[in-house]
This record gives sequence, C-alpha cells and structure tokens, in this order.
Amino acid sequence: MDLEILIGIFPQVLLDGIILGFMYALIALGYTMVYGVLEFINFAHSEIFIIGAFVGVEILLTFKSAGWLDVMPWVLVLLIVLVAGMVVSGTVAVVVERTAYRPLRSAPRLIPLISAIGVSFFLQDAIRLFESLWRNSFNLVYPTMDVLNGRFELTETIDVSVKSLVVIVAALVMLWGLHTLVNRTKVGKAIRAVAEDQAAASLMGINVNRIISLTFLIGGAMGGGAGVLFGVQYSLINPYTGFIPGLKAFTAAVLGGIGNIPGAMLGGLVLGLLEAFAASYLSLLTGGAFGAEYKDIFAFSILILILIFRPKGLLGEVVRERA
Amino acid sequence: MIKALLDRPLPATALVAALLAATTLGVAWNPRSIVVFLLFQGSMLLLYFARMPARVKGTLTLITLGILMPFLGTINAYYMEIAIQVGIFVALALGLNIVVGLAGLLDLGYVAFFAVGAYSWAIFGSPQANQIFGGAYFPLNPWWFFVFLFVGVAVAAGAGILLGLPVLRLHGDYLALVTLGFGEVIRVLANNLDKPINFTNGPKGITPIGRPPIFFAAPLEALGIDPNPNVIYPLYLYALVLLIVGATVLANRRLEDSHIGRAWEAIREDQTAAQAMGVPLVRMKLLAFACGASFAGTVGVLFSAKQIFVNPESFTFMESIGVLAMIILGGMGSIPGAILGAAVVTILNLQILKGLSLWLNELRNAGIEIFGYSLANLPTQLEPAKYERMVFGLILVLMMIFRPQGILPAKRRHRELGEDG
Repeated sequence: MDLEILIGIFPQVLLDGIILGFMYALIALGYTMVYGVLEFINFAHSEIFIIGAFVGVEILLTFKSAGWLDVMPWVLVLLIVLVAGMVVSGTVAVVVERTAYRPLRSAPRLIPLISAIGVSFFLQDAIRLFESLWRNSFNLVYPTMDVLNGRFELTETIDVSVKSLVVIVAALVMLWGLHTLVNRTKVGKAIRAVAEDQAAASLMGINVNRIISLTFLIGGAMGGGAGVLFGVQYSLINPYTGFIPGLKAFTAAVLGGIGNIPGAMLGGLVLGLLEAFAASYLSLLTGGAFGAEYKDIFAFSILILILIFRPKGLLGEVVRERA
Repeated sequence: MIKALLDRPLPATALVAALLAATTLGVAWNPRSIVVFLLFQGSMLLLYFARMPARVKGTLTLITLGILMPFLGTINAYYMEIAIQVGIFVALALGLNIVVGLAGLLDLGYVAFFAVGAYSWAIFGSPQANQIFGGAYFPLNPWWFFVFLFVGVAVAAGAGILLGLPVLRLHGDYLALVTLGFGEVIRVLANNLDKPINFTNGPKGITPIGRPPIFFAAPLEALGIDPNPNVIYPLYLYALVLLIVGATVLANRRLEDSHIGRAWEAIREDQTAAQAMGVPLVRMKLLAFACGASFAGTVGVLFSAKQIFVNPESFTFMESIGVLAMIILGGMGSIPGAILGAAVVTILNLQILKGLSLWLNELRNAGIEIFGYSLANLPTQLEPAKYERMVFGLILVLMMIFRPQGILPAKRRHRELGEDG
C-alpha cells in the first residue's frame, strides 16, 4: 500500500521539484555570475530577488484597483509585471554594487562579504519601511487571476495548473535568453573574458567596470524575474521571504560549481528535485517521525557537505584561493 | 577642549565624577526620560576615555556599575533590563571576538552556541526533561543553575568542536556560509524536535524555566530588606551578568596575550606562515571555536533563567549578525571595542528605537497637524523598534566602507579583515 502511494505521488512531486528547481536556477544565476567575475558572494542577492516579487505585487495590485486586471489580456499583464520586476531588480543590483561593493573591491576578501550581509539586512527593512508607509502592511498577497488558477488534467491523479506551466515556460525563456546573451554575443564574450582574467580583459580594451555593472544588472534581472514568478506561484510574500530561497539558490550555485552558468542551472534543478522529494517522501519513509519541516536542514546539509567534500561542485573548476 | 580636559587627570576625574552624579540625579528626578539615561550612559563612556590613575578609574567604574546602575534600576525597572541585556550581549560579543577578531574565522552562526547553552538549562531546569526521561524528577533544584553555568560552557564548547571539525579545511567566505548553515540547522532542529521525542517543545518553546536560588534571603531579612523576588531578581541577575562579563573580559585578556592568542593571530594573518612556524592549525582552530562558543553557552544558561521562557525565535540568523555588527562597530579583535559595540548596538535597539516608537505613538495619538498633515494618519505599521535589521545593515556597510578597523581598533592591525600590509 505504501509503495502505491509512493509511486502515485511521484509525478506530482516531480513537477513541484522542477518548478522549484527553475526558481532556484534563476536566482542561482545571479550568485554565480557575480562570483564568476568578482569571486565574491553577493549576499544581498536574495533581497534583489524579493524586490522583484514586490514590484510584481505592487503593479498587480495597482492594476486590480484600477479594474484593468480583468480587462487586459493576461499574457500582457504577466509580461509587463515580469519586465518591470527584472528592470527594477537589475537596477537595484547595479546601485548596490556601485555604493557598497565597488569601494571595497581591492579590500581583503571578507570585507565585501560583510558589507553584502549588511546590504541584505538593510534592504529587507527598507522594503518593509516602504511598504509600511505605502500600504501600512508588509505581508502582501498576489492578486489571483482566474486564468492562472485553471488546471489541466493529465491523468486521473495528476494535474498541472496553468500557473506552473507559465512559470516553467517563463523560466525556460529567461534561461535561454541568458545562455544566448552570454555565449553568442559580443557582450557575453566580454563578460566571460572579465571572469577569466580581469587584467587581461582590460588590456584587450574591455571596460571592466562596465562589464561588472552589466553582470550585476543581468544577474539582478534574472533574480527579479524569479521573484515575480515566485510571487505568482506561491502568492504570499514579505520582506524576509527572500532569505531562505536565496540561501538555497546559493547552495544550488555551489552544487553546480560556483562561477559556472550551466552549473547554476543544473544545480538549481537538482536541488529543487531533491528538496521536493525530501519534503514529500521523508515523512512517508520514516513513518511520520521526520516531516517536510526538515527540508531546510536537508538543503543546508547539502551545502555543508558539498563545500567540505567537493567545493568545486558538479561542473565547476577548482576554486582559486585568494588571501 | 573636552579632550584637553580629559587628558589631565585631576580635572578629568572631577568632570567625570560630577557628570555621573548629575546624570544619576537627573534620572532619579525624571525616571521616564530616555535622554537623561542616555546622558548617564554617555558619562560612563567618558569615564572610559578620561585619563586618570588606574585606581581612581577602577573605583569610579566599580561605583558606577555596582551602586549607581542598580540604584537607577530600582527607580526604573526597564533600565535594569537594558543593563542586563547589554551585559548578555557584551559577553556574546567577547566570545565572537575570539573566533572572528582573533582567529579570523568568520562565524555567521554564532547564535547556535547561545541556543545550545540556553536549551541545556531550559530542558533540565523545567519540567520539560520529564518528557524525555519519564518520571517526575525535573525541574532540577535551583541550585543546579550554578552547575549548569559550567555545563553550558561544556556543551557549547562541544558544539563548537563539532562545527569546527568538518570546516577546518575551509577558508574565508566558504567557512562563513557553512557556519551560517550550521546556525540555521540548530534553529530548525530546536523548532522541530518536539517529535518523535519531545526534546525542545518545538515552536511553542519551554516554560517555566527555573531561576537561580535566592540563598541570601535570610540575611536580607535580618537587615530588614524584604526579599521580594520581583525586586530581587533583576538586581540578582544583573549581579550575575556583571560576574560573567567580568570573567569573560578577564579570560579574553589573558587569552589575547597568551601563546594561544598569539597563535590565533598568526593564523589570522597568514595560515601557511603560522603552520611553518609550528602553530598546530587543527588544534588552535578547534580551540578558537570551542573558546568562543563556551562564552555563548554560559550566557545562554543565564539568558534562559532570566527569560523563564525560550523558543527558537530568540536564536535566528539576525541575532548572529547583530553580534557580528557589535564587534565590527567596536573593532574586530579589540576587547574594549567589543564591549563598546555591544553596548551601543543594544542601547540603540532597546532604548533609542523603542523610545522613537513610543514617541511616534504619542504623536499619532495626539493627532497634531504639521503642514496640514495630521500625524494621526501615520501608518500604524511604522514602528522604529522593529527596524533592527536596518540598524545592523547600516552599521556593517558603513563600517566596512569608512572604518573597517572599528571605533576602538585593536592594537595590532590585521590583514584578513583590516587593511592590507
């Protein structure tokens, strides 16, 4: 009987895992791209991500109160929200880099990390302050759109919501866009060159500072897009929601090999799947002794184990040591 | 001008003593004014900076902490609470200072050790342990509290070694991330270990936790003082905190100048060179984790006895970063820095931001209009007391950019976290 349940929920868990995985992959890209060019963990990326979600909810709530939400085609609405989230998050990421990281670029390694932690905390409460003044509430709920709540029945037991499909399609498009940008364009070549060797890149006539800003812009935009999708998928957000997904996305980036873009995508998917399976099967397999609440521990344990035993990750190169 | 005054022993002593006396009277006269209490705290800071003979300074410090502060605490109980909290955070900051400041190992999960200490007394000093072992032997006799101050040290040091062993190979930011993960794991465990066996009672937390025994009730009565627990406990806990902070400062100073402290600093400066000079890396790093953790463990025991209640909410990542912000503000590796940082940040959070919140509330209730905007319309969610993270964040970013060595820098500059060279 148990086996039947285990097999029965398998496709649903797989789907949940894939959605979660794409979300992690999108956020992980921000960590990994910045690490690639600066060898620095952008701790504030989890807040860049949640800012995207807040931009999304603000626009949707505005549309709703104006009565446009039911009139406008839903694809257009989603597109507007997604682009706005990406633009704002990307901009914030660039501003953060300019103000809090650039002055510290030549400082010893832990200094920018501490600064980034500070930025992360500052942004959390800055969002809270803004929403408290603006709406007198900082726990916000994404307005529902009827189309998105529709479901396709694949079989009798498995169904897919339109929402999940939208999230998967949007994530795929964003990942494909990034892949093309980095591998097929001149700008992408410049980013890769800066990641490889800053000094040499600047000798080749690349404006390193601009490329670093651009990296933050792209990484931030990916995070912001992920934030909007996160809001659409899970609805409930507050300024502190971003922290745990951010940490897990970092885990995903490390899992795939930090600094490595395909690695971040792979790591995200692997971690999403592992977590979804752990969340649904742990309680079944242990007879209810350990439940889904241990999924966070699960992710952090993976982080700790990977860092200790295979710091280069699944696809990564050996991380150079810098004093 | 003030500096010139503070540099000459006699006027400095007179000035500081006068200020302390005046502000004490000020608080006695107007117990509810946070500003006056702030001035009192400012005078304590001047006492630190003023140049005077060590004996005079020691006496003045003793009078301030031993007589004036408890006196103000009986006038306004909240000031005693602030003093106790400052003490707790000073001890935590001094512990983290060993790991981060001396040994250069950035620990982002420090609050985990605090939690371990707090839970060790919480479980055995309350009926909670009956759920684990069965029977009705618990809570333990209050006298056990003093034993648990040392049990807390041992358990937290053990946890420190447990964390230290696997992360020995990691450096810099990877180490930081792993300690962060460790801190979160401990918190999630505390949150969920209410089944299959109920260790921690989950998010509901443990209460009531036993407090230390009032063994001096009889002599107090003989002196004609009513040993009412509500009056005695704040003073009692304050005395315990002072003792623990004193022991911590002493231990820190002895460690800093010992061969262990030098070995830590050598590791911080250059691990490879330190190893080449014969510093046993593994043992010294583990020792740093264990020492730093043990302070947190013992304060944790005191904290759970003070609160009578613990739950996982007290041990979040934010607390770890708060303690980090304290030592960064004061100056990493500097003992006076850690004390100053802990005091400033705690006072800022508990006193100034709370005061602002109350003030805003009063404005809101009074409904005064400024430039045609009625203050009654201020959003109710706007509570300065809730913006601790913003304070921590600003401290971290601004200090890193403008003064990475802190307000009161350590004597020896260092490379890992200070300037290059």
